[in-house]
Amino acid sequence: MKLLTHNMLTSHVKGVTKGYPLIIKATEVKVNELEFNAQFVSRMIPKLEWSALIQAAEWLGQSQDLPSALIPDYENDEEFLRKVHRILLEVEVIEGCLQCPESGREFPISKGVPNMLLNEGE
Amino acid sequence: MCLKHIACKNKIIVVTALLSGSKFQFYNEQEAKKYSQNSRMIEIQTQMSERAVELLSLPEDQPCYLLDVGCGSGLSGDYLSEAGHYWVGVDISTAMLDVALQRDVEGDLLLGDMGEGLPFRPGMFDGCISISALQWLCNADKKTHSPPKRLYRFFSTLYSSLARGARAVFQIYPENSEQLELITAQAMKAGFTGGMVVDYPNSSKAKKFFLCLFAGVSGVLPKGLCSESTDRGVSNQAQFTAQRSRFKNMKGKSVKKSKDWIMEKKERRRRQGKDVRADTKYTARHRKPRF
Repeated sequence: MKLLTHNMLTSHVKGVTKGYPLIIKATEVKVNELEFNAQFVSRMIPKLEWSALIQAAEWLGQSQDLPSALIPDYENDEEFLRKVHRILLEVEVIEGCLQCPESGREFPISKGVPNMLLNEGE
Repeated sequence: MCLKHIACKNKIIVVTALLSGSKFQFYNEQEAKKYSQNSRMIEIQTQMSERAVELLSLPEDQPCYLLDVGCGSGLSGDYLSEAGHYWVGVDISTAMLDVALQRDVEGDLLLGDMGEGLPFRPGMFDGCISISALQWLCNADKKTHSPPKRLYRFFSTLYSSLARGARAVFQIYPENSEQLELITAQAMKAGFTGGMVVDYPNSSKAKKFFLCLFAGVSGVLPKGLCSESTDRGVSNQAQFTAQRSRFKNMKGKSVKKSKDWIMEKKERRRRQGKDVRADTKYTARHRKPRF
């Protein structure tokens, strides 16, 4: 599971109002290499919940030198875009789980795939 | 249904899957492998993915963030990656997702049931495609499941997950018109506009159905493909809008007190031989309340 996807995921259990962001408890993390595309990264940045991204990066111990608040002129700052590219698309959670901040319900992650299947009555 | 394309020897397994539709009868390891290694299957799925992306009408030369519902072993997802897009795939079958992992797909995969709703924040995706997956929602595998409810939960969460003006394209093989009506009714209820695009409507082999839904903005429905010598009379589009026709001709009769109703009543009385005023330009004219 890449952190870009994690930034989009919420708990869709019935009755949960604050199911975002899901807390990451990772036991295995991998860093791959992916081709850098500046256009895509700068288009996705406005869609992101920046604070949730920084928090997720911290949980994985990958926060490195990402600023805690979004810098204003990021489109032209290639170094910044590369850092964001790395954290969004190159860092992957392979094993672990996602925990709902409101209910505590856990969604396990296995082989990089989070299991979002709900139980009866959820 | 994609099952049509699998060779005859698999028909028995395939037919049981069709009939029961249970979560556990979705593709298991054996079927998942066969599905992904069959070269004809790969060719067809790739072609349908290509057409679906074409119908999405995404801005040119721009990498987009897309959702692939029922991504399975990633055959359609591979096409998305090749077109330069980033994608997230959702599927209910662990076996199919395992094959996708083995094939090292570039998109991010999620194990989930689309009938339970999509677990995303609002407005995230630039578009959504789904190849041969929507029909699974029309089967009720448990007594507690209601297909319309599941369809609605899927469509309403999809509607919110899409950015404004984004499209969702579903390639489907509709079993019958009731199934099609069920799907489109729930999609409209969720707020989508759009319609069916039919490619090659006159060829039973090449005919393909694509349900094109627009989120937030009413677009012009793309034209279906057709071979050169088609009958012009065959329409290959069916447009539906968010307009609801209320009270129009309920029970086949005109609404009471409308002009139609008044004219019909006058005709009826004339046939009965009664004395009826002649029709003038003032007949059935709307009068002010104090009249």
